[in-house]
Amino acid sequence: MHDSILTYAKSRYLWIALALTLASLIAYIAHDPGGPPNGGTWLGYTLGTIGAALIVWLMLFGVRKRNYRNSPGTLRGWLSAHIYLGTSLILVVLLHSGFQFGWNIHTLAFVLMLVVIFSGFFGVYVYLRYPNLMTRNRDSATRTAMLDEVAEIDQNALALADGIDPKIHAVVLRSIQNTRLGGGVWTQLRARDGSDIALDSLHASLAERDKRSEMKTTEMPTMFAMVDFLAGRATDKQGEAMRSLIDLISRKKGLATKVARDMQYQAMMEIWLYIHVPLSFALLAALIAHIVSSFFYW
Amino acid sequence: MSERFKIAIVGSGPGGLSAAARAAERGESHVLLEAEPHLSNTIFRYQKGKFVMDEPGILPLRSPVPFKAGSRESILGAWDESAARLKINVRHGHEVSAIKQAPGGGFELKCTNGQLIAADFVVLGIGLQGNIRKLGVPGEDLPFVQYQLDDPDEYSGETIVVIGAGDAAIENAVALSKQNNVVIVNRKDEFARAKKGNEQAILKAIADGVIECYYNSGPERVDALSVGRKKGRMILNTASGKAQILIDRVIARLGATAPRGFVEACGVTFPNKDPASVPAISSQYESNVKGLYIVGALGGYPLIKQAMNQGYEVIEYILGNKVEPADEPLLKAKFAKMPGFRSVDEALARIQKNVPLLASITPLQLREFMLDSDIRTPAPGETIFARNDYTNTFFSVVDGDVQVVVDEAANKRVSLRRGEFFGEMSLISGRRRSATVLAGSNCVLIETPRRSMNRLIASVEAVKRHIDEVFILRALQSRFAPEASAEQLADVVAAARLEKFKAGDVLFNEGEVGDSLHLVRVGSLTISRNIGGKDVVLSYVPAGNYVGEMALMGESRRSATARAAIASETVRLDGESFKKLVNRIPVLRLRLQSEYRQRTAANLAMQALPTGGDIISFLLAQGAGEATDILLIDESLCVRCDNCEKACAETHAGTSRLNREAGPTFASVHVPTSCRHCEHPHCMKDCPPDAIHRAPNGEVFIADNCIGCGNCERNCPYGVIHMAYKPPKKPGLIQWLLFGRGPGPGEAPHDAHDHAEGEIKKAVKCDMCKDVHGGPACVRSCPTGAAIRISPEEFPAYAQSRS
Repeated sequence: MHDSILTYAKSRYLWIALALTLASLIAYIAHDPGGPPNGGTWLGYTLGTIGAALIVWLMLFGVRKRNYRNSPGTLRGWLSAHIYLGTSLILVVLLHSGFQFGWNIHTLAFVLMLVVIFSGFFGVYVYLRYPNLMTRNRDSATRTAMLDEVAEIDQNALALADGIDPKIHAVVLRSIQNTRLGGGVWTQLRARDGSDIALDSLHASLAERDKRSEMKTTEMPTMFAMVDFLAGRATDKQGEAMRSLIDLISRKKGLATKVARDMQYQAMMEIWLYIHVPLSFALLAALIAHIVSSFFYW
Repeated sequence: MSERFKIAIVGSGPGGLSAAARAAERGESHVLLEAEPHLSNTIFRYQKGKFVMDEPGILPLRSPVPFKAGSRESILGAWDESAARLKINVRHGHEVSAIKQAPGGGFELKCTNGQLIAADFVVLGIGLQGNIRKLGVPGEDLPFVQYQLDDPDEYSGETIVVIGAGDAAIENAVALSKQNNVVIVNRKDEFARAKKGNEQAILKAIADGVIECYYNSGPERVDALSVGRKKGRMILNTASGKAQILIDRVIARLGATAPRGFVEACGVTFPNKDPASVPAISSQYESNVKGLYIVGALGGYPLIKQAMNQGYEVIEYILGNKVEPADEPLLKAKFAKMPGFRSVDEALARIQKNVPLLASITPLQLREFMLDSDIRTPAPGETIFARNDYTNTFFSVVDGDVQVVVDEAANKRVSLRRGEFFGEMSLISGRRRSATVLAGSNCVLIETPRRSMNRLIASVEAVKRHIDEVFILRALQSRFAPEASAEQLADVVAAARLEKFKAGDVLFNEGEVGDSLHLVRVGSLTISRNIGGKDVVLSYVPAGNYVGEMALMGESRRSATARAAIASETVRLDGESFKKLVNRIPVLRLRLQSEYRQRTAANLAMQALPTGGDIISFLLAQGAGEATDILLIDESLCVRCDNCEKACAETHAGTSRLNREAGPTFASVHVPTSCRHCEHPHCMKDCPPDAIHRAPNGEVFIADNCIGCGNCERNCPYGVIHMAYKPPKKPGLIQWLLFGRGPGPGEAPHDAHDHAEGEIKKAVKCDMCKDVHGGPACVRSCPTGAAIRISPEEFPAYAQSRS
């Protein structure tokens, strides 16, 4: 039913890619160029042509992905082929070069190709691993629902804090202002939010209050203690409010962490494309330069 | 002393107005009684600028009053102008409270303002909306006091008081609270009348302080203010005294008084208790009360043009003239194909004579029925429909015969002759055609769309009974014993009963003594067993299959529990008579046994899986049991690229019909918000222009004649239909690439408010890309294979593949 990109159509493209690499390898071993193997022999040209054609075809994936109407095959078939044939490109191009490297445009094209392919490997890795992490993290909620809940908790927390103490209100307000979900690439990838600080200072103030009240009961004379007991009702109520405030903020922290992590996963699944795609265009430019210069110096 | 007229017309809607206009044109003594200070209240209450459609387009208009598709204002303007031009004797503010037959003949109409009016004939055109309940306090008619709300997004930054505690009031209040300061006023101390979801929403909004609520309160008066920033002031009577609120708007949703009580008090009878039923009227629109005529929606004709034509015709009938009904040319064109056609009346008579099923319906019903239906004269051997098509029309044989291919391999055929009907299986079960039907010689058929047939079945008891009897016999033949004759099956048919079950109802429990067998006719069942204290679903039984045979075949106790997965209907076959049938037909026993073996093996396989049954249960809990094709996303493969949504938008004029993220997930199986193409689509239930259809491959789609009423959106329990403007055409790829024009491929198309003048929002939903080569774009554009579309029959296999 559901088929992963790697096992699509019984891994048809894996076998095609293996056949391609194997054929290239056999030809390379069998071929006697009458000198060091290089791109200038008939096998070199053949492998080079195959490699160039593959690169162009692999880049057409971007076009196919955006062509939603009347396009041939399913996108996952294309992706499966894209992965396997893209991987086989490493060997095809290596054999094409005859392992000759230098500080020139030819090797630049090769290096760019490797960066593109390996960023693709990272992409395959995150595509296979992150969806599950994301599902587990979200626990059936949508991101908007989680954000709505965060906003709601913030409102409730502010209202609660208002009734306790202006100082606490300020702390909560600052915490709300500090909670930044999303933002720049780095923030998304780091998955942090600012609700820790507020929680710490709330805990501190609660602890302090508790300590003070303990001190009072042990040190003060009975008379005063009774008065304090009567007056203490208010503070007890405040303590109660403080505790529920802490509960609220902890819950919010949990949620905010979830959202941040959700964004992190999403960012991970997208970030590699910002290397993979632009560099593939750079590769295309280098490839054209490589081909033109090869013929120019023929 | 009462005034006397020849014709009194009650209600100035399209039907009533047209009748009054015709009476005025003919110079007859008449009066048009209208409760409101304006004409045609239902249309008057439409949202400003609303575009009114003139469906059905093929029907010609016949009325002295003009009517063309256009804005609400242009239509009302033209009507007001005609009323003045024709000097219609209209009395506003005359709400009729009783109509009595006067002792000396004729009628006496009593109005709430104390007026008494006597008339020889009465035309009732009061529609179905009923009278909206007003505030009943001073200021109830101020311009900012409104009794309905079309688009909550129109208002922002206002202080709005919503009066009422029903669903409409809650929905309005919650929707308005996004952009406005909303106060809701409830006469009671709770929202018990509302649906659960609405009750929770309003209580939450009140708890969160988004909406302010006055419980145990009611309005005392509303005043308009000429100074200050607010338009008015509302005084409330609350439990703790009076309260004053400065307001911009009052929205009162206090419901309406249904017209049925009033109509019944006039002496008109209804065929049954069903709230949807309409009074029976003659072909001349006369009710069972002589001299009392009914036109328009109240008589079962909800479209404006129909009502106007009826208004015209009813006056002619009252005057004793014979008019050719407006639909005559249409019917003539339809019947022209019939061999030996002479006149419409003769053709209608021939149909009623030849088809016993249609013999019992009234001439008006038959005309209506034929207007919706098509006459087909297929050549001998032509395929009328093929097995496994998803069509659901109903066929009656007027002449000639048809061949039903019972067994494709053996080329075994059964022929149906004049007067018989077919296609009822798919009509009733909502599933694929069970057999191919070929035309015989001289074949004349009536093909009736599902909606018209269902309407007939619902309104004429005899038709329903007839179809049900034939259904049971044919179901028995097709499912169990094709070789048996009707006589052999007579015992079983006589003992069979139709049973209805709500979703979750138990047909029989594991361990009970079995005395019957159920053949599923509508809906679907689940078979489950109690394993280790937990109910484990073993299989899913769609319509057309049977359950409970195991207990009749040898085991005397039920080996599993059968439950309705969705609202279902079964044919319950009596065990004793069925056993006799099995004894009489030995091959039936063998057939049942082999099926029994297969099922047991499948159940055992399912039982061995740890989570298989849970996945099926989860899917069924999402309503997937009534689906024919449902989109599922494997979240362990989905990389959240939303390419499915983009592909949907790109292939459907820029609006995505699916929401990937929304919807529940279980064991990585995610059910996104997307159309399931239900067996009995809820969206089709109440579509005034009948714009929702099912394509032969099962796709439920909305045609272009949608009038944008939003009924389907409200009726869909899965929230997969929404109303949208048609977005402007996207500039081409090169334009975007080089000049930055418009959105790029896969990008959100446009500003949703950006639309052409006079354009209306129409309903959009998934059509399973029926016009796109290669299947649903969402599935085809998924890069990782996470999205698939499957039908419920595949659930067991699907569950097995995932555990």
